[in-house]
Amino acid sequence: MTMISLPRFGVLALIASVIVLPLSIARGGEASGLKPASAFAGIADRNARSTAIFTEMGKVLMSPRCLNCHPRTDSPTQGDAMLLHVPPVTRGPDGFGAAGMECATCHGPRNAPFGNGGGSVPGNPKWHLAPRSMAWQGLTLGQICAVIKDRTKNGGLSLDQLIDHNGKDELVGWGWNPGPGRIPAPGTQAEFGALTKAWVETGAACPK
Amino acid sequence: MAVEFLLNGKHMSFDGDPDTPLLWVIRDHAGLTGTKYGCGIAQCGACTVHLDGKNRRSCVTPIDTVAGKSVTTIEGVSGPIAEAVQKAWVAIDVPQCGFCQSGQVMSAIGLLAQKPKPTDADIDAGMAGNICRCATYVRIRQAIKDAANAKVSA
Ligand code: FES
Ligand code: FES
Repeated sequence: MTMISLPRFGVLALIASVIVLPLSIARGGEASGLKPASAFAGIADRNARSTAIFTEMGKVLMSPRCLNCHPRTDSPTQGDAMLLHVPPVTRGPDGFGAAGMECATCHGPRNAPFGNGGGSVPGNPKWHLAPRSMAWQGLTLGQICAVIKDRTKNGGLSLDQLIDHNGKDELVGWGWNPGPGRIPAPGTQAEFGALTKAWVETGAACPK
Repeated sequence: MAVEFLLNGKHMSFDGDPDTPLLWVIRDHAGLTGTKYGCGIAQCGACTVHLDGKNRRSCVTPIDTVAGKSVTTIEGVSGPIAEAVQKAWVAIDVPQCGFCQSGQVMSAIGLLAQKPKPTDADIDAGMAGNICRCATYVRIRQAIKDAANAKVSA
């Protein structure tokens, strides 16, 4: 009996997903984009507003485009599924890879579409791993927030410099231009920069 | 606009799709077939060349990104490190079928150029992207060490 009821459940699940999917696509504009800072103006409490803005920024920070190169180990992950990077690579002394097997051995100054079909190797002139102190994988959004604000961990950036980094840095910007075969980070880099500015201006509060 | 670059020290011009992989240009246009096509997606290392002296997978190198640069293939690589690697490779018969070997040799030279006395860990990390389906890895590692020692004692 179990053998018969399982496929039935599968069919039900399939029907459910067919019904639910168009609904989520209909709301896709919101789900895949970023709300502007003004959307949080109604939150009277400054701290709560700041926290809400950072939570919105978290859609970007926790996207595979950011997390893949903020690993907990010395090796990045890759792809939307965030699997271990293949070929096996290590960060090396400076985050730019090991001698003879640098990030730049494969990652050039721009995304490189495969010559033999779909997909691409991502590229940017500054392609490298985030430092160990900025390991985000496995952290909660609140913990990520804390390390982002910590100048001893974030590469010495002040909050003002962080606005620029998020809004203008070209390697950060790659997240919105990841090349064929990858889902871009939500929204735009300009929107992300504006949210960062609003977050700093409201006191740079972190979610719990 | 045509892309101009040096290929083994000679001027080369390619007037075609800027996305064309360097490997295609090396093999099909320049006719240098020592550099191998294994996967085309940066997974095997068979296509390794040197771009301005550094290891580079030519299969994922759009031709427009080599404009003004110097590309060296297995046919053109030279100098004391290359000679030491060649001798070491021959001395212990590293290759089996040979398909991966021009990539292995190029990667080994690129590694030794930066790490003249590589440790086992350095060799593992630097050669991690070069796959050998015949599993000649143990001999590759030995030959890299032999080449390093020969160079130091020379
Ligand atoms: S052919 Fe370039 S890495 Fe396999
Ligand atoms: S010698 Fe056969 S693939 Fe390496």
